[in-house]
Amino acid sequence: MLLEVRDLYVEFRTRDGVAKAVNGVSYSVDAGETLAVLGESGSGKSVTAQAVMGILDTPPGRVSGGEVLFRGRDLLALKEDARRTVRGAEMAMIFQDALSALNPVLTVGDQLGEMFVVHRGMSKKAARARAVELMDRVRIPAAAERVGQYPHQFSGGMRQRIMIAMAMALEPALIIADEPTTALDVTVQAQVMELLAELRRELGMGLILITHDLGVVADVADRIAVMYAGRIVETAPVHDIYKAPAHPYTRGLLDSIPRLDHKGRELYAIKGLPPNLTAIPPGCPFHPRCPRARDVCRTDLPPLYRVSQDRRSACHFWEETVDASSA
Amino acid sequence: MAELRKEDEAVDATPNVTEVETVEAATETAAVAAIEAPVERGEPILQVRGLVKHFPLTQGILFKKQVGAVKAVDGVSFDLYQGETLGIVGESGCGKSTVAKLLMMLETATAGEIFYKGQDITKLSGRALKAVRRNIQMVFQDPYTSLNPRMTVGDIIGEPFDIHPEVAPKGDRRRKVQELLDVVGLNPEYINRYPHQFSGGQRQRIGIARGLALNPEIIICDEPVSALDVSVQAQVVNLMEKLQDEFNLSYLFIAHDLSIVRHISDRVGVMYLGKMAEIGTDVQIYDHPTHPYTQALLSAVPVPDPEAREGRERIILTGDVPSPANPPSGCRFRTRCWKAQDKCATEVPLLAIPERFQGSDSPAAHESACHFAEEKDVVHAA
Repeated sequence: MLLEVRDLYVEFRTRDGVAKAVNGVSYSVDAGETLAVLGESGSGKSVTAQAVMGILDTPPGRVSGGEVLFRGRDLLALKEDARRTVRGAEMAMIFQDALSALNPVLTVGDQLGEMFVVHRGMSKKAARARAVELMDRVRIPAAAERVGQYPHQFSGGMRQRIMIAMAMALEPALIIADEPTTALDVTVQAQVMELLAELRRELGMGLILITHDLGVVADVADRIAVMYAGRIVETAPVHDIYKAPAHPYTRGLLDSIPRLDHKGRELYAIKGLPPNLTAIPPGCPFHPRCPRARDVCRTDLPPLYRVSQDRRSACHFWEETVDASSA
Repeated sequence: MAELRKEDEAVDATPNVTEVETVEAATETAAVAAIEAPVERGEPILQVRGLVKHFPLTQGILFKKQVGAVKAVDGVSFDLYQGETLGIVGESGCGKSTVAKLLMMLETATAGEIFYKGQDITKLSGRALKAVRRNIQMVFQDPYTSLNPRMTVGDIIGEPFDIHPEVAPKGDRRRKVQELLDVVGLNPEYINRYPHQFSGGQRQRIGIARGLALNPEIIICDEPVSALDVSVQAQVVNLMEKLQDEFNLSYLFIAHDLSIVRHISDRVGVMYLGKMAEIGTDVQIYDHPTHPYTQALLSAVPVPDPEAREGRERIILTGDVPSPANPPSGCRFRTRCWKAQDKCATEVPLLAIPERFQGSDSPAAHESACHFAEEKDVVHAA
């Protein structure tokens, strides 16, 4: 296994108390595999990734438990300078907003080249040449001329390509992409996702794709982990989850998106709001919004039940949910 | 103000929209009466003809010299019928939000006309203009920045009454605001709370309540749900559909999310670089698109069904949208179009029913601004 997150807990100190952002998340990614982590804002999907990368703001954040095993090594036990050598070289991250993730006062060539100077000890000139190669690889036209330009001189799609080039630079084994296309238009989104998928295949990397878009997930993922209130509520191979979700929350999400290929009647809407992370409801955190909730849901936190060999669902009534979905 | 210069004169790309029945009002009172007159369901309530907005590009500090113009909207025409929802889709920079601002008269059009019940509102002033403004309201995209954080919800929703006191007399306002809160599904007791005490979806409901306050006939919604989470999006979309039935509203629904637009719209217009590329009913546009841009746009939308991964044809466009300050000659889409030929660089395609489909009752027979329009199903898996 390339990356294994085991029982991870992250909390933030806020004025209103301790916000429990991640509450016992476990997932794993193999080399060459694409895992989609799906969830709404506040579900803990990005915070988990930040803890894995070691870029969590501490304080106010704190990893309060768990392990992050990368090629068998627990990253959380490493010293900061040891972690730095892992970051960038062995795992890299792509952010949603490329404009604020890139340094506005450095040319893209300098920022791409920096990777080689810092991690590989290359000369500035050699690094610049590699930067041009990388830009070519992510298909930025006229790379040799544009290597000296600044981030604001590129369009949104091109900036995201530069982010991808930067992540790819040292050919890491794992890439974490946090909403990589959310800020882009659909036609550009399609270009960027295609590029990402192609490079992933070529280099045989593992990819964790963090998103809220069920359409993007269906397009590229092998497996899905659905998060709600800092927990994984369902994990399954991509085909199974769309056919017959085993958790009412997944079911609700799938039902609430309008479809392009046919027009429905009224949209199904999950009632209520996601919980406040400083006061997560007892029992199953989804119970106040769940159409299947019963007494046991209000008191007992559901474990991840085994649905089949590679499927898990954190619902006391997963059997009912699957049956209802496949009916 | 950007004057239209000879070389960038807009070409009216919609020759076959119906003629506008204009209303000649001699006095202001007559104009107001015409604006207040009801329109029957299915009749045009808002007619836009050859709308143009150029933002000047200037050089120099003391002596400003115009060096060009960003052609944000360049000859757009369409009708909005009473009681319908017209969706406008397009990518960033296509001019859809500028159209909204022009209709709200938040921007002054460079050229073109906007007829509301037969009167050109770009030429109105005084009481008549005020009456129009009351009838066209807007819901904004970002529920975080479009509500004043220092005002209570009651003040925000009640503020329109300060400008139009005839709608709700002073003593009646509190009750009216509470009624509105109830209508949009918020607890009327929240009237004294501040925006930060609400979630994104609830704030958008406040924005909708403010839009409804003056009993408008048209609501222009600029990306009303794109800032919301999926589960909350559905709640707001359902609310908007309910309100449309209840208050007999006409919506102009501007969004980039094609599936939401299909869900809510009766008709859909697709914009590209300041022009309308294709317009028709939702079935015509989504199931029988004839403009290559619409086809590419639709094929790029990921469908939430992994089974469709292989079956669907993907059209991946190359390159980026050209700058609206310097749009390509002829057809604006030609630089990214796989069908482009010499003709496309010289002749601007008119938004009309393509010749080959004229007289046909096939769903492909709708207005499309392409010299080589042909049908292609890109949404459904083969």
